[in-house]
Amino acid sequence: MSILAVQAEPGEFPEIRLDDLFEFPAILFDGTVFAFNRMGLLYLLAAGITIALMLGAFLNAKVVPGRFQSAMEAIVELIRNNIVLEVIGPKGLRYVPLLGSMFLFILVGNLFGITPFINMPANGRMAMPAFLAIVTWTVFIAAGIRAHGLRYFKNALIPSGVPLPILFLLVPIELVSTFVVRPLTLAVRLFANMMAGHILLAVAFLATNAFLIDVNAGFTDAHFFVNGALSVMGILTLLGSVALIGFELLVSVLQAYIFTILTAVYIASSVEEAH
Amino acid sequence: MDPIIVDPVDLTPLAQALVYGLAAIGPALGIGYLVGKAIESMARQPETAGMLRTTMFLGIAFVEALALFGFVLAFII
Repeated sequence: MSILAVQAEPGEFPEIRLDDLFEFPAILFDGTVFAFNRMGLLYLLAAGITIALMLGAFLNAKVVPGRFQSAMEAIVELIRNNIVLEVIGPKGLRYVPLLGSMFLFILVGNLFGITPFINMPANGRMAMPAFLAIVTWTVFIAAGIRAHGLRYFKNALIPSGVPLPILFLLVPIELVSTFVVRPLTLAVRLFANMMAGHILLAVAFLATNAFLIDVNAGFTDAHFFVNGALSVMGILTLLGSVALIGFELLVSVLQAYIFTILTAVYIASSVEEAH
Repeated sequence: MDPIIVDPVDLTPLAQALVYGLAAIGPALGIGYLVGKAIESMARQPETAGMLRTTMFLGIAFVEALALFGFVLAFII
C-alpha cells in the first residue's frame, strides 16, 4: 500500500496518520503469530539482496576484479581496515564477516526507504533494529567472556584503582550503561533516524501532491492568485523532496556505518586488557 | 452571569513536542562541542585521526543517548 493511498478532498491538505505510514495489513497467516506483512517481505528481500551481492561478487572471485567485484571489495576493505583494524586491532579480524554482513544488511534495508515502489525503510520499524542490537549485545558479551572468562564482568563493572565507597555509586552506573543503555541506544538510534526520514519524505511527497495536483484540480479564475501561490509552494516542496532523497541517502549510509563502528567499539572494549 | 466554559484541550502533542525539543538541546550542544574538538585535534595531529574518530563516535553515542531517551519518552507519554 503506497503512501498515495492517503486520499484527500481536492484542495485540502491530506490528513497524515502515522499508522498509514508504518502499519501494513498481513498478507499471509493473518491473525496468527506467523502473520506476514510487507515488512516481513522487506526483511527477506534485504537478506536476499545482501546474500546475492556477496555471492555475486566473491563466489567466482577473479584475481583481476571487474567493476562490481572491486566495488564490493572496497566495502569489505572499509570494514576490515577502517573499522576492525583501527578499532579492535589484528585480533578482531574474526569479526570482519559479522560486521561486514551487518553493514550491508543495514545499508540495503535503509536504502529501501528511497527505492521507488518500495519506499519503506526496513529499519523504520523497531523489530529489525532491536534484533540487530540484541545480536551486538550477545556478541560483545560473548567476546568478553571468550577473552577473559568470568573476569570479564569484573573488568566491565569494577574499574581498578577506585576507592571502595565510590564503587557503590560506580558499579550500578556501569551496569546500566554497559548492559542496558548500549543495546537500547543502538536500536533506537537506527530506528529513530529511519523513521524520521520516512516521515519527512512522506510529508514532502504528500505536500507536493496536494499543492500541485489536488489544489489545481478545481481550478477557476476566481482563485488565480491563491492557486498560483500554492503551486509555488508545491514547486518548492518538489525541489525539497528531491533534496531530501539525497539527504536520506547520506543518512542511510551514515547510520549503517555508525551501527557497525559502534559494534566494533563495544567488542573492542570487551576484549581489551583490563587496566 | 454564565460561568466561562473552557473547552478541555488535549495538550499531549504539545508535551510530546516539548519533551523531544528540550531533550535535544543539551545533546546538540554536546555533540557540536565534541565533534568540533575532535576535528581540532585531528587537524593538529593527523596521524592520530583513526584513534580520535573511534573515541569521538563512542562519545557521540553516549551524548546522543540522552536525546534518544527524549525521543522515546515523547512517544511513551
